[in-house]
Amino acid sequence: MKQKTKIKAEEGKQEVVITREFDLPLELLFKAYIEPGIVEQWMGTKVLKLESKKHGSYQFETTDAQGNQHRFNGVIHEFSPNRKITRTFEMENTPFAVQLEFLEFEPLPLDTSKLTIQIVYKSVAHRDQMLQLPFAQGINMAHNRLQDIARKYKLT
Amino acid sequence: MMNLRRDVFQAIADPTRRAILLLVASQSMTAGAIASNFASARPTVSKHLQILTECQLLTQEQNGREIYYHLNPQKMKEIADFIEPFRKMWDERFNKLETVMKKYQSKKIE
Repeated sequence: MKQKTKIKAEEGKQEVVITREFDLPLELLFKAYIEPGIVEQWMGTKVLKLESKKHGSYQFETTDAQGNQHRFNGVIHEFSPNRKITRTFEMENTPFAVQLEFLEFEPLPLDTSKLTIQIVYKSVAHRDQMLQLPFAQGINMAHNRLQDIARKYKLT
Repeated sequence: MMNLRRDVFQAIADPTRRAILLLVASQSMTAGAIASNFASARPTVSKHLQILTECQLLTQEQNGREIYYHLNPQKMKEIADFIEPFRKMWDERFNKLETVMKKYQSKKIE
């Protein structure tokens, strides 16, 4: 099966490059990133603020399966319609350092488009930790109860 | 084999142990130096170090009277396929984007 989303994470580098081709015209792909109502739908998040302009900022809020709310935010450094968004990304109340994201939108033939996201992390170790996060979360969910018990045991 | 694999995954599912791996990734350290980075009691950190050593994510090296802990890059490589859940997460997110925008597009045309 052909993978639509590709991840390039070279060893020893503090960046990740995510590429994806969309069966959507460029304008629609870009719109998905700037219209708050649309962002909410595909990101599964609440958009508290989204100022799509240079020096603008954004703040989103998600609610996980346990009902906990997580907020993340960033500042937009570069904004070029249908071409480019450069922004920071930070998860609030976590030890994870802020990251820098370069989003590049390109038109492809037959009304399709391509998105390239380059994410730069504070260090190689930070990057590797972020790469492992979805996996660790999956494990955490499966072992949630077990871990809770273990944690309580550890604390006493 | 399966058991060993699962142990490695469980080892790094713990946030403190992940933090230890991150620390040691930058330079090899003694147990005392590692423990000084955590609020947890020293025996708790020792236990974490023992688990990480048992599943070979860390290796020990005697240097004079001190034991230094190193990251075992070979073992870390084995869990390199950790990137797949990360890729999947983005893939699912982008699939959603595509679906949402296709609906949006057809609504506009109507």
